[in-house]
Amino acid sequence: MTRQRDDAHAQGVSMTTPRAGQAGPKLSATDISVFYGDKQALFDVSLDMPDRAVTALIGPSGCGKSTFLRCINRMNDTIPGARVEGRIILDGEDINDRGVDPVLLRARVGMVFQKPNPFPKSIFENVAYGPRIHGFASTKSELADIVESSLKRAGLWAEVADRLQAPGTSLSGGQQQRLVIARAIAVSPEVILMDEPCSALDPIATAKIEELIDDLRSQYCIVIVTHSMAQAARVSQRTAFFHMGAVVEAGATDEIFTNPRDTRTQDYITGRFG
Amino acid sequence: MTDAALTPAQAAKARARAQAEARLKRRYRAETRFRFYGRAAIFLALAFLVVLLGRIGIQGYSTFVDYRISLPVEISADRVDMADLGGSNFNLMVAESALAVLGEEDDVYGEASSEMMAILSGDLGFQILDRLREDPALIGQTITVQGPMKANASLYYKGQISRDTEVGGRRLSDRQLDWLDELRQRDMVSGGFNWTFLSRSDSTEPEQAGVLGAVVGSAMMLLVTALLAAPIGVLAATYLEEFAPKNRWTDLIEVNINNLAAVPSIIYGLLGLAVFINWLAVPRSSPLLGGLVLALMALPTIIIATRASLRAVPPSIREAALAVGASRTQTVFHHVLPLAMPGMMTGTILSLAHALGETAPLLMIGMVSFVPGVPETLTSAATVLPVQIFIWENASERAFHERTAAAIIVLLVFMVLMNLAAVLLRRRFERRW
Repeated sequence: MTRQRDDAHAQGVSMTTPRAGQAGPKLSATDISVFYGDKQALFDVSLDMPDRAVTALIGPSGCGKSTFLRCINRMNDTIPGARVEGRIILDGEDINDRGVDPVLLRARVGMVFQKPNPFPKSIFENVAYGPRIHGFASTKSELADIVESSLKRAGLWAEVADRLQAPGTSLSGGQQQRLVIARAIAVSPEVILMDEPCSALDPIATAKIEELIDDLRSQYCIVIVTHSMAQAARVSQRTAFFHMGAVVEAGATDEIFTNPRDTRTQDYITGRFG
Repeated sequence: MTDAALTPAQAAKARARAQAEARLKRRYRAETRFRFYGRAAIFLALAFLVVLLGRIGIQGYSTFVDYRISLPVEISADRVDMADLGGSNFNLMVAESALAVLGEEDDVYGEASSEMMAILSGDLGFQILDRLREDPALIGQTITVQGPMKANASLYYKGQISRDTEVGGRRLSDRQLDWLDELRQRDMVSGGFNWTFLSRSDSTEPEQAGVLGAVVGSAMMLLVTALLAAPIGVLAATYLEEFAPKNRWTDLIEVNINNLAAVPSIIYGLLGLAVFINWLAVPRSSPLLGGLVLALMALPTIIIATRASLRAVPPSIREAALAVGASRTQTVFHHVLPLAMPGMMTGTILSLAHALGETAPLLMIGMVSFVPGVPETLTSAATVLPVQIFIWENASERAFHERTAAAIIVLLVFMVLMNLAAVLLRRRFERRW
């Protein structure tokens, strides 16, 4: 797996700073404002997201959590009329810098969506697509290795090993979501963004995904948007509470849930609004 | 248990229930009425279709049967000039042989033979000419030729010309009818499938006229249209839908494309006349020219259909591809286009089928001409099925009207095959997500 990761960096992805043992957060957003046309969705959001930890973004619907998440891999670029201001530093480099290619950035910052969205292709193809377009594998067996290790790390290998050629859409919702996570892992990202990954899943599938997130934490910087306070408390180490397009409070998850400083945070986590 | 026994509250409840029941009944009635209208509409549409197809079928099916004669002809040496084979009157020779078979002789004015020539196709004479060219030794011998009867004679055998009609009202005289009966009785004439109609091109003689030239012309023209309109249309639609910024200009383009789809087809004919013939000097009446004009006509429809099917691809697929680091072009070509393929193909094939049946613009660009052969290249003169139908419909001979209906059947079969291809391709490429 290390080799694969090194390959990824050899593909021209900048590697100015070493990953491990680095001081400061992996990701650091400063004064992020997002406009959709004339409407402002985010107001000067600043947030640090450490490596090898899960940061949960919570808050009522429409508070800008997902918008913020989509800034981190520049998915907002694809929305006509969207404008992002402010800086997001990934490993000491501003991702909105003109020199940063959004396509290569998205290989470093993977994303998992609310609804499982596997490609209407085979399970193998779903995972192999990313490594293939980024040229991570030079032979078929290398590609098969990447697919296998990604599926294993997503905890799906045992269930699909004997039917890799079956369509990805034939899996159950929870399996599809794990397939999508495997697809994201396959391009060796450094950051994984998850936009309410469990909202379309039943409790058992949700538990599996949460377990998986906990496993993946040891290797990635994970940012997760969730509507479930319980989920945020279970999987995350840091939590940021968004309200009306701004971060009200951010800090260690234990702190936020046991001893919130802001009354709005307290009201939200105790279920008084939102 | 009378009304008087009810308390006011109970009475109000009963009233409310009665009103609710009345509303329910009204609703059921409205639904039944609507269902009836729907069925009536479908029944009407089907009835029109049945009448239309039935009429075409009844008029046209008899074309697919023709009557052929098998006749021994004596080629007397004094009637043929080997130096000028084409100058000999083989038709007369055939007519005289037929008269001889029936035990009659030509009169001094040649009336009997010319009446006989009017029921035997000129094709027989040409056959003798061809065989003599191949083998001059046949002179002086008696050879048997097989060929079609004249169209009017066939119509008589098919019962479409009746002896009961007054002599002035039919194209055949009593004597000709007697001969026809006689030939039939001697088993010299037999009916069979009309291969001529499928294997020959237009002719001035209905019994020798066929649709092959028109079918080939249509196919060539459609090829040009497909090769031009499909790639241009699909690429234009893909660019507009997936890459182009959404602003006033692209809005304007979209509105104009939608308007172009509604422009009467004859306008495209005028455009073709002005641009392709007068300016670019494309040979008139050629499949290339027709294909160019029809490509212009088919483009807006293809673009609209393609955009609709691209829009039907869920955005989550695009996000999925972008999120693993696919570029926009990779996203479109690896994921979106394959998913939109069935819709794109259906739209394209249907608009091509529409182009296949188009007549008006082709009249504008001079495709309405008598072309007795199969077009050899894209620039040679050609006719196409709908125009062939138009030409035959205008012909004065009755047998051509029969062929008009038959050509319509051929055109419809052509279209059914195309639509079938559309359905099959759709099935083949359909993928669920």
